[in-house]
Amino acid sequence: MTARRDTGADAPRRGVLYWLKAVFLRLGVLPFLLVVAVVVFWLLSDNFLTLRNLTNVVRQSVYLMIVSLGQMFALLTGGFDLSVGTVLAITSVVGASVMATVYAGGPDAAFLAIMVGILAGVAAGTLIGVCNGIGVAVFGVSPFIMTLGMSSVGFGIALFLTGGVPVYGMPVEFGEFFGFGLILGIPVPIYAAAVLVVLTWLFVNRTRQGRYFYAVGGNVKAAKLSGINTRFTLFITYVLCAFLAAIAGMLLTARLDTGEANTGASMPLESIAACVIAGVSLRGGVGRVENVALGALFIVLVQNGMNLARIESYLQIVVLGALLILAVIADQLRLRYIAGARD
Amino acid sequence: MTETDAKRAGGSLTGAAPLLGTTGISKHYPGVLALDRVDFTLRAGEVHVLFGENGAGKSTLISILAGVQPPTAGEVYFRGRPIEIESVHHARSLGISAVFQEFSLVPQMTVEENLFLGAEIVHGGVLDKRALRARATEIIARLGFPLRPERRVEQLTRAEQQMVEIAKAFRSDLSVLILDEPTASLTDRETEQLFALIDQIKAEGVGIIYITHRMQEIRRIGDRITVLRDGRHVATLDAASAEDDELVRLMTGRVISELFPKIRFSPGEERLRVERLTTSDRSVSDVSLSVASGEIIGLAGLVGSGKSEVMRAAFGVDPVASGRVILKGEDVTGASTRDLLARGLFYVPPDRREEGLMMMRSCRENIALPSLDRPPFSRGGFLDRAGEARRTSQLADRMNLQPPLIERAVEFFSGGNQQKVLLARCLTRPIDVFVFDEPTVGVDVGTRAAIYAFIRDLCEAGAAVVLISSDLPEILHLTNRVYVFYRGRIQAELLGEQIGQENVLRHFFEREAA
Repeated sequence: MTARRDTGADAPRRGVLYWLKAVFLRLGVLPFLLVVAVVVFWLLSDNFLTLRNLTNVVRQSVYLMIVSLGQMFALLTGGFDLSVGTVLAITSVVGASVMATVYAGGPDAAFLAIMVGILAGVAAGTLIGVCNGIGVAVFGVSPFIMTLGMSSVGFGIALFLTGGVPVYGMPVEFGEFFGFGLILGIPVPIYAAAVLVVLTWLFVNRTRQGRYFYAVGGNVKAAKLSGINTRFTLFITYVLCAFLAAIAGMLLTARLDTGEANTGASMPLESIAACVIAGVSLRGGVGRVENVALGALFIVLVQNGMNLARIESYLQIVVLGALLILAVIADQLRLRYIAGARD
Repeated sequence: MTETDAKRAGGSLTGAAPLLGTTGISKHYPGVLALDRVDFTLRAGEVHVLFGENGAGKSTLISILAGVQPPTAGEVYFRGRPIEIESVHHARSLGISAVFQEFSLVPQMTVEENLFLGAEIVHGGVLDKRALRARATEIIARLGFPLRPERRVEQLTRAEQQMVEIAKAFRSDLSVLILDEPTASLTDRETEQLFALIDQIKAEGVGIIYITHRMQEIRRIGDRITVLRDGRHVATLDAASAEDDELVRLMTGRVISELFPKIRFSPGEERLRVERLTTSDRSVSDVSLSVASGEIIGLAGLVGSGKSEVMRAAFGVDPVASGRVILKGEDVTGASTRDLLARGLFYVPPDRREEGLMMMRSCRENIALPSLDRPPFSRGGFLDRAGEARRTSQLADRMNLQPPLIERAVEFFSGGNQQKVLLARCLTRPIDVFVFDEPTVGVDVGTRAAIYAFIRDLCEAGAAVVLISSDLPEILHLTNRVYVFYRGRIQAELLGEQIGQENVLRHFFEREAA
């Protein structure tokens, strides 16, 4: 990527524009959007650039960040996962129901109820990913259809299980710790996200299997000829994506203190937007964990800023969609420029 | 360049302006000069054969004439006037139609829809399906092809698709027809039909540019022959008086001693044996071959003759229906690619973009890809980034990667250097049998020489090497044994001294055309 300079396309003048272009070509549109967003919201609201608010932004971004990490795997291999919202819903509903049931059976065993509930919820959510993985890797269904179909299946099941009614009755400790708990003054969900970001980073950058995601997205035939089990890689892509979304689902359930089938409806769009804004290629093979974390943070930052600036919530949805499209256009321009520099 | 030049270049016999011509035409690609100041003329009513090796510039020349891409320099003349052919559409409107090896058909559409794609017959904004059907039937009948206009293209055989592609050229008035190895997938009968058709349109004054590797076809239909080599015009001869030997010499006449290294073969123990192998899709049937350490065997033949398919099947890429693959004495039939890599068999695919490289990833990652399971690339389940960087940069040095930036994405390197990255891969782990499938497609001469030296070094170090190539000089100069493939079977096995002489080369062409 640093190669731009020696292609000689525009080497002589190195003014501000040159460096801006270099940053754009190397990192994509995210750094620019972050700067613009911070400046705009700082001007619009006095409360925006305060420690308190920024901590708040980070805490709110945890759920999207974790889902986006999973979404990144799907994008890396050249697919995407539209069922992440459904995974959140199923996890929330199943986790909450199981937890409430166990807790009702033995009100003294809150800890046990919480553990069993989390396990059940995460397992239920991950199961959606197992289905996606089998469909995509074994039967060759396109990720679009497979995950779209599963999102309907999962959502239907979540509604069916609860009759559309929120699930109550979880031990209060669950919400108190995983939703609102503080350790050393920092919200518990932030720890969870930090650990997952670090683990994902290690997994992707320091293990063989991590490299294989890039290989499958980069050139699946080349990967096959290099002895990589491409089917298995595709399979665990969707399992991992759902697993991460399920963890986000449990954390969100703790925060809301109810199990709801409507949780996470905006997650597919927002997580794909976070990844794309962070420079993850829709063609597969390109993307960085740390950028994706920033991408998720950025989206929540914008939402937070718009709230502070009292922008109506319906309009916020418009902005989010526009941002996604803008990011893709910027990515296209970037690729076109790089391709042009090559000739 | 003036009109008189153009006349002089083409009209030496007839005195009339040629139908189509080029003067000093060049085409640059990044790092490659595909065409270098080529003069070419086509007269009305002649079949002008373009002859040359892969990468000689034939395809580039016809793609310029057909409006696929513009030249970097030089001029194109059409009916005596300079012209810029802007697009394929523009070329067609001038009556210049090309039939490429790569088909431009929409598989889901019918024959007639494909025939008129982009030139649909419309009445008041509505497709006139009846007129379309009538015209399609008329064209097909004239060509004598056994095609039904309402069939969907995806249901047709490759030969039938080829016919549709040819028929497409006839949908409007034709003055120049360009055919790129049109008979590669036709049967003898269909080929005769095509030749009869060519005779017919010749008589109508259509000029035909015809690319072929087959000597028989040149004699059968050619009027003049232009030989290209390394992007340059070498000679234009009369087909009637051209000797085969002469053509072969012109085609391969580079300084062969410099390009191809001397190799000391020392065949030892047998490393790989294929016994009566038949693939599930029958692209290979009943093929047996073997390769020993210290030798290079060549697999020659046309595209689709099975020469590539047999090794792909051996490497676990394509399914085997029957037969055995024996690697170093062990039966590995149907083993996985991963397993075969670990046992010391390596297959380097022909198309680096399609199956070889992750274009947007770095050279480091591309080189290390097949060996991430072993030191120095990984240790104890984790990647060893430092070891990986060290080893890949050593390999990049050994391959003389230019520029030597291993963190740079592969897509920013020239074709030759991309090929070096692909080849560097097979040095990442201990390998006994190397299979190179078209290792020099689309690379410049300098890189070719480097790749040949690389293959020689492997062989002299005691490896068994299988070289699959459509480039005959390559086969002739680098191998000590050659298997010639034809339609999925081995047609001939040539040994030692039979290889390396021009008369053998001619014998090759005859074999293929048989």
